[in-house]
This record gives sequence, C-alpha cells and structure tokens, in this order.
Amino acid sequence: MPTVSVKRDLLFQALGRTYTDEEFDELCFEFGLELDEITSEKEIISKEQGNVKAAGASDVVLYKIDVPANRYDLLCLEGLVRGLQVFKERIKAPVYKRVMPDGKIQKLIITEETAKIRPFAVAAVLRNIKFTKDRYDSFIELQEKLHQNICRKRALVAIGTHDLDTLSGPFTYTAKRPSDIKFKPLNKTKEYTACELMNIYKTDNHLKHYLHIIENKPLYPVIYDSNGVVLSMPPIINGDHSRITVNTRNIFIECTGTDFTKAKIVLDIIVTMFSEYCENQFTVEAAEVVFPNGKSHTFPELAYRKEMVRADLINKKVGIRETPENLAKLLTRMYLKSEVIGDGNQIEIEIPPTRADIIHACDIVEDAAIAYGYNNIQMTLPKTYTIANQFPLNKLTELLRHDMAAAGFTEALTFALCSQEDIADKLGVDISATKAVHISNPKTAEFQVARTTLLPGLLKTIAANRKMPLPLKLFEISDIVIKDSNTDVGAKNYRHLCAVYYNKNPGFEIIHGLLDRIMQLLDVLPGEDKGGYVIKASEVKMKPIKLELKIDERMDFGTMRILKHSKVIREDPEHCLSECPLKIDWCQTSASHNIPR
Amino acid sequence: MEPGWRWELSPMHLLRLRRHTQDDDTLSPVLQLDTFKMAVHTPVPVAELLLRRLEASDGGLDSAELAAELGMEHQAVVGAVKSLQALGEVIEAELRSTKRWELTAEGEEIAREGSHEARVFRSIPPEGLAQSELMRLPSGKVGFSKAMSNKWIRVDKSAADGPRVFRVVDSMEDEVQRRLQLVRGGQAEKLGEKERSELRKRKLLAEVILKTYWVSKGSAFSTSISKQETELSPEMISSGSWRDRPFKPYNFLAHGVLPDSGHLHPLLKVRSQFRQIFLEMGFTEMPTDNFIESSFWNFDALFQPQQHPARDQHDTFFLRDPAEALQLPMDYVQRVKRTHSQGGYGSQGYKYNWKLDEARKNLLRTHTTSASARALYRLAQKKPFTPVKYFSIDRVFRNETLDATHLAEFHQIEGVVADHGLTLGHLMGVLREFFTKLGITQLRFKPAYNPYTEPSMEVFSYHQGLKKWVEVGNSGVFRPEMLLPMGLPENVSVIAWGLSLERPTMIKYGINNIRELVGHKVNLQMVYDSPLCRLDAEPRPPPTQEAA
Repeated sequence: MPTVSVKRDLLFQALGRTYTDEEFDELCFEFGLELDEITSEKEIISKEQGNVKAAGASDVVLYKIDVPANRYDLLCLEGLVRGLQVFKERIKAPVYKRVMPDGKIQKLIITEETAKIRPFAVAAVLRNIKFTKDRYDSFIELQEKLHQNICRKRALVAIGTHDLDTLSGPFTYTAKRPSDIKFKPLNKTKEYTACELMNIYKTDNHLKHYLHIIENKPLYPVIYDSNGVVLSMPPIINGDHSRITVNTRNIFIECTGTDFTKAKIVLDIIVTMFSEYCENQFTVEAAEVVFPNGKSHTFPELAYRKEMVRADLINKKVGIRETPENLAKLLTRMYLKSEVIGDGNQIEIEIPPTRADIIHACDIVEDAAIAYGYNNIQMTLPKTYTIANQFPLNKLTELLRHDMAAAGFTEALTFALCSQEDIADKLGVDISATKAVHISNPKTAEFQVARTTLLPGLLKTIAANRKMPLPLKLFEISDIVIKDSNTDVGAKNYRHLCAVYYNKNPGFEIIHGLLDRIMQLLDVLPGEDKGGYVIKASEVKMKPIKLELKIDERMDFGTMRILKHSKVIREDPEHCLSECPLKIDWCQTSASHNIPR
Repeated sequence: MEPGWRWELSPMHLLRLRRHTQDDDTLSPVLQLDTFKMAVHTPVPVAELLLRRLEASDGGLDSAELAAELGMEHQAVVGAVKSLQALGEVIEAELRSTKRWELTAEGEEIAREGSHEARVFRSIPPEGLAQSELMRLPSGKVGFSKAMSNKWIRVDKSAADGPRVFRVVDSMEDEVQRRLQLVRGGQAEKLGEKERSELRKRKLLAEVILKTYWVSKGSAFSTSISKQETELSPEMISSGSWRDRPFKPYNFLAHGVLPDSGHLHPLLKVRSQFRQIFLEMGFTEMPTDNFIESSFWNFDALFQPQQHPARDQHDTFFLRDPAEALQLPMDYVQRVKRTHSQGGYGSQGYKYNWKLDEARKNLLRTHTTSASARALYRLAQKKPFTPVKYFSIDRVFRNETLDATHLAEFHQIEGVVADHGLTLGHLMGVLREFFTKLGITQLRFKPAYNPYTEPSMEVFSYHQGLKKWVEVGNSGVFRPEMLLPMGLPENVSVIAWGLSLERPTMIKYGINNIRELVGHKVNLQMVYDSPLCRLDAEPRPPPTQEAA
C-alpha cells in the first residue's frame, strides 16, 4: 500500500478547516485511508541518521497517509484534498477538459526502432502553470509515487516532464545504440554517452534500480526535439537542458512504456492533478503522437465513461435499502457523478479519467457502500444451511497429535523450506535421490528446497534445545513435498509423522514402542498377515542401523533407525537418537468428503 | 509426603523456586534460596542452641546478634530459624530488615594499613623518590594523585634522572583510615552523610540491607524437639502410632513434581481452536495439501494481473524444478485470459497482453486463496449450484525480508461462503460471529483494496492493552471477474476473509519474536509451559511492575 506524506498545515489549508489528529484519523478510516504516522522531516532524519544530522531539518508536521494501491488519484496532496472535499460535499468534482492550442499542436513522432524495447508513448502539455515550492515538490513527488506503483518501478511506464519553453517540437521518440546517445543528464555538468551513464549510475542509489530495464538491449530509447536536444533517455534519466524548475510555466509531459493502457492512465493522473494550477484551471493542452504505422492519436485521453447500474443491484450487494436518488448522491460523493434515469431505478454513473480503478459494477457498489459507511450497514447472517466436514487427512492428523502427546512426545513445528544440505548431505543422501522441488530465487540457503522429510527440522530443534533436561522426545505431523509428474503442477504433498528420542543412550526400544503404540492407535495388528505390520532389518552396510517397516510386501511406509553421528547435532557425539518417520497418507480413510478432489 | 522431593531439588526446581518467590514478592529470593540450603545442612545443635538461648531470653532475640554471640555465620542461624518454623508453633519469627554500613574488601585493607595516599606519603624518604619508582608501588597510582591533591607531596620535574617526588609536609593525618576504622567499630553514624557518600564513591563503604529475624517463643514452645514424620506408613496405621506422632507440614512454597507428559505446540493448539470454531459454524474444510501451486491458480484465476507486484521475484518463491505446471484446465484458462486482456462479464478487464507462460510458472503458494479458487472452480462444475461454507488453515510462503514478526512461511486462516444473494451485511455478520468466538467483540470495518475482492474491508478490533484499533483480518466479496469465468451462476456471491494464525497466537501467548514460536529455534520450555488455548476466555492480567 503506497504511503503519501503531506504537510499537515498545507493539507488543512487546502481542506479549508483544521482537524485534531483523532478527527482526521477518523475521516481517513471512513474513506478507506489510513493515517499511518504523524511525524516531521526532523523526526524522520533523526530516527534514520541520528539527532546530529537532524539538527537543521524542518519540524513542520507531516501526515503519512496509506492510500489503497489502486487509487492513483490519491497519491498527492492535490488528489487527496479533491477526493476528501468531494466526499464531504464541500466541492463538486471538477471536469477535466482537453483543449487544442491556439498555435501549433505539439507533436511526438514514434519511430519503429522503439518497437522492440519500449513501444508506447503518450504526451500532453500543461500551459501557463503556476508553481510554488510546495506545488513543485508535490509534482515531483507524484511522479515518484506513480513510478513506484502503477509504473512498476518504471518497467511498465516512465514519466518525463520538461520545460517546453527550452525546446522546440516536433519531438522524436526513437531508439539508438547506447554509444550513439550523448547528452548532459539532469544534475550533471557535462555530456556523457549512454554507455558512460549506465556505468556512472551503477553506484547511484536511486537510479541503479532502473538500469536493468534497458541495460542489455542493443538499442536504448531516447527522445529528441527538432534541434537534436535530448529530452530524456527513458526510463533512466531526463536531459538537463529541459529541466523544470519552480519558475517553469509550460510543461511538456511524455510517458513512455511497455503497457499502453497504464501509460495513458499515468498521463491522465498527472494532468488532472496539476492542471489545477494552470491559468485555465483543469484544462490540458493536447499533444499529438504519431505512431510508426503513420496513425496519429491525440492525448491525454481524459475519457469520461458512462456506466449504468440498477439501484436494486447496489442495495442487494451491500445489504441496504436506499432510494435510487440517495444512492446517486452517495456515488457522487465518491467522485462518481451519478443521476437517476430511465424507469427511476437506473443510475447513470460517470467514471472520470481519475478513476481508472473502476472497471466493473462491483467497484461502483463498493464506492456506494463506502459513502454509506461500512459501519452503518446492518449485520445479518446468511440463511444457508450447511453441514461441516473435516478434511479426512487433517481429521486423522488431529486425532494422532493428541495421542502422540499422550504418549509423552512433544510436538515440534518446523519449516517446510530448508537447504539442500539439510535433506541430502547431512543425512547421507544424494540430492538427486530426494526428488525434492527446488526454488529458483531463494534469498538465502535456508530456502533452497521444500523438505522431503521431517527429520532435519526435528534434529535442528534438538540442536537448538540442548540445554533442556534429557531425554527429549519430539514429534511432528506435517507435509513434505515430492516431485510427481502425475499431478497438474508436477509435485505432491505427503503427510508424514516423524518422532525422535534423544538421550545418552539410543533408546531404540522406546521409539520401537512408540511405533507399536501408533500401530495400535491405527488399529493395525502386528504380524505377517494381510494388513498387519512387520519390521524387517534392512541390509546394514554401515551405520546408522536401519530397519524397514513394511505393512505388507508392497508398501514400505517408514524406517526406524539409530543415528549415532548426525551432522546436524554433531557437536554432541555422546548423545544418540532414534527416529521413526512414517508416511501416514496410506491410512487416510476414503470416507466421503464433500469437496471433490 | 516423601522427604526426597523436598530435599533433593534439581537445579531446574531451584530455578523455578527463584522465579516463584520473585513473582510472589514475599522474601528476598536469594535469602530464600540460601535458607533452603541451610535447612538441608544445618546440624541440629544450632537449633537447639537457639531454643536454649530463647528460653533464657527476655521476650526474644535477634538472629544477627545471636550469630555474633555464637561466633557463627548469620545464615546458619537463619537456617535454624526456618527449620524450627517448619515445626509449627514452637517459635515465632518476624522478618526485619535493617540497613548497615559495611567496609568493602578494599575498605578493610585501608582501615588496617592506611589509605593509599598515606602509604605513598610514608614511602617517600626525605631525599625524595623517583616518580617512576613510586608508581610501581602497589598504592602508587591512586595514592599519588590523592596525596598531590591533599598537597602532601610535590613533583620536581627538573631532577637529573627524571621527575622526583618529595614530601611537602612533615606529617599528616590519615583521615580516611580514621573514618573507616569508626565504621568498622560500628560507629558509622558518627560520620556525616557527605563523608559516608564520599567513601562509598571510592568503593570503600557499602550500605547493606541485613534481613534478620526477631525470634520469640511460640505457643508450643519447647526446648526439646522431636524428629517429625514426613510420611504416613502402613506400620503407623496398623499400630495406631500416627495419632501421637508429629508430622512435618507441607511446604507449599516449593513446586510439586510435574507429571511426565508430552505437549502440543502452542501454535497448533490455536490452529485446533480455529478449526473447531469453523466446524461449529458449519464450515467444511478444504483440501490444502499442495504447497506447490501454479501462478495460474495462485494469481490469474483470482484476477490478479500478471504485472502485479506480488508476482515479483522479490515477493514470491518460484520453482526451478518443476518450473512449470504440466496441466491447466484450458477452457477455463481461455476465459481467464479473455477477462484479463479484454474484459467481459461486465468488466473492462486490465487490457494487457496476458501470457500463458506466465500462468504456467510454478511457485510456493503465497496464500491459501489458491486452494479456495480450486474448491470454488470444482463447485462451479457441479450443477445445480449448492451453497457452501468452506474454510482452510495451512502454510503459505513469501519471499520477504525476515524480521521479528515475519517469516518466509506462515499459516493462513481463510473462510469462504458462496450463496445466492450474499451482501456486505452478511459478510460483516459472519465476521461478527467468527470474532465473537475468538473473544473479540468490538469490531470496526475499514474500506480497503484487495486485487480479488470488491468490495473489500479490513477488520479492526479495539485492543484494550494498546488502547487503539488494530487490524485483525482482511475480507471482501470475490470479484465477478474471478467467479464468472469459473462458471458460477451470476447471482451467486462469494464472501471471504482471511487472517494469519501466527499473529493471534503471538498475542495470546505473549511472544514477541516469531522465531521462538515457529521453526526449530523454538524454546521447548515455552512449549512445555504453554497453557490451554481458550480463545474466548479472559486473558491473564499482565504481571505488575512491582513484582519484577
């Protein structure tokens, strides 16, 4: 969830009133925001870098507000204020207009070289804008927030904003070999080639995260004006020539990307938010984009869409009984201008360009519910009559757990993910023999594979609890994962039971006794008869001693053994342990379960 | 009662005893422990001596004074007092604490041999002493600077073979030694507060609290004590001698012997309770025994777009082997693809290029909602539609940064209801019942955003301890873009909610670091000691500050 930080006093000034922290928190809660933190620049710096560094910093109170991830229109002070003012019915939602310039329209021509790297671009102009320091900061901050969220860290869309008065159109969006791109980037004093820049930015804490997007491509995207001035090399950096300042009056905005829909949304959000400060409020000057196929489109789209929703549908989905007129009013408060039409039960809703999150009637239903107030909705219980069923494997597990504890064993809960070493080397098994599933992107060795046996977890639990009085008697009943090409995903969980006895002596008879007890609980008789269980010594080539347990000739469902020198607890050679892992899936009843598999 | 358990306490029991006494804040824990040892080892004569002195005394006597008179350790007398107390009404003992000034080891030395500065002064002959030599004396360093500041000595830095120290005065008074001798003689009160604190800062004096007993005769006072029986024997019963024998009283301050037993893990005890709650509410358990899931079921089926941040390598564990799902229900996949890329079912869709390869990617499921999606898909294939209530509690995996409250795997609890005409009011009603069973009654709902539910609401409950509203769960109505491609009828709504199992468990058992609860670093003692999980019972009040 993105967090927007705004100056409290500025916010209150824009809202036309002040709130106590509690009142504002309440307002946020109602609207679906969260007042996450009340702080100041000074406090933030002092928390991160210590009091000394914070000495000169501003102590203006900041509100950090969590905004829902799909509400791009609330990512800056301007949008938050507009949203809240409309919600509180203090203002009417402004209507955003695209206008044609008096003179020539700004043109951005896309060449076909961009197709393989970053094929889309859109553009617009904010004419006669008036910045202040705070407005300018908010403008920059909004771009950053959009980059981090909808733009997926500039991978899908990157925004460039330029002082139009320093440039002369038409502009060309193309892609060139990195060595052929040379310009003075933002905040640098001389020109560099794109190759040099990529090297320089490797150590730039901010920009290094974006390099991978184009790094290994043969051509880099770049935008020129008609004099060959570089506007930007998206998605990395803008040129210094066209940089905007507090005094910039005319802004050329370009958004390039790999996702056309998102590029259009991003452009709409920027221009709707900041056209507030244009001489003609809420108007945006159109720009023309010519695609490689010769077709040209005019941006920003600023499309208003009409949706029709029946009032009784909203009432039915929310569980309220409001008149269509009231529902229309509620929706209007959510920035969705609505009116009752037709037979008096239809509501026509206008979706503004700021509300790209509204893609289905259910989004409209939610907004009606928010405006109504979630906490004003009458709670009721569904009348559905259902009969509960446990998942048979879990039912058996629950029963067994309790009797394992009654048998004096303590339940462990260990990780399902572990290192290759844990399930292979440390147990003297080759990793290829484990049929384990492997994780492709583990951050550490602890998450290389899913376990194929419960034993390593129990051994590690013992190793971490060696100070406890002996003996330690532990068990776990949980899932392990084995590759299996008969399933749709190619892997399958198996429910295992594993128990260990850890003491100065091996105590094999104790683990043997536990096994007999488990068999007793499962109503399996000892003996060679069908359905009985026998324990057979397997070929003993080396320590550990290994015994196999067979329920009949076909089914091998566990081994018992004494581990003398487990690598997991090797610092402790004088202690031994016996273990008994069992597969318990086999005894899962085929009793009916009402969820088909 | 058999004496064995009382006298042969294992170190574990002593530790518990120490904790126990601290909690109770009755006696100083150290004293209590020492008393125990003494009670074991004190030879009877001390107790007898004490009784004889007490008989002769006028009203009572002080344990410390008695120890001084008898020339023995005070603890030995305390031990005797405790063992006599255990006999019943033989004596009465009242615990008194007095403050006293005592010399530290260094203080003792100075009282005996003089202060460091005096010793330095005395070691300097009339012809002076090389400073380097003086510094080598045992009292050299400390004594030199003190003697300098007392202006008893001076340094001549111009001397031929290095700085040389000379006496300035002919004689001096060793005030420090005199004061320490006063304290040793029991006359600490003759020193001023300032003088005492100065000596204390030099670590020569220490204020000690002495716990002594004021012992007086009890109602059953006698100088002859007979050995008490500790256990009833068959012989005593048959001979009837039990009627006349004195019995040792039980010591309830010590712990009993805990029975040998196995223990269930606290997190899984809480899991059992949640299962129980769902079953009580008529919810059927979904199969969740597949940690490995395809991106399709984990994300695409839930209408979570392929560029969603959760599908990033940074957040999700993807598989190298088996890297891709082998089978997907292709008819359904086509409907999902269309809904994402073009919309449909009344939706605008996300309008992007949906890729099958992306959907095939295998991963460790990031939520159990993937299992819910499978269950709902299977439900949709059954005609006619029948309403259901489902739940699951199982492990999920996130490739996240780990900290005190986040691990790479945790348990998710999920509830799902599918029926005709469910409303947001129904969702809230079910949540109210569910949380009431958890002992949470004050609920509040906040609008929220989840990719696959709309409307969505976060559930907050008022936390009495923190004095604020805290999030306890997330919920919503599954989007039509998720349900309709599955084939569920249009008028069927599905409400769902989820929460983690670890968070309520950590709150319930007061655990701050998740590693102490989940995984092999678990503290087994915590597992042994954890109480029953009664979610709807009043929590135990937190220990007061005083006791700590």
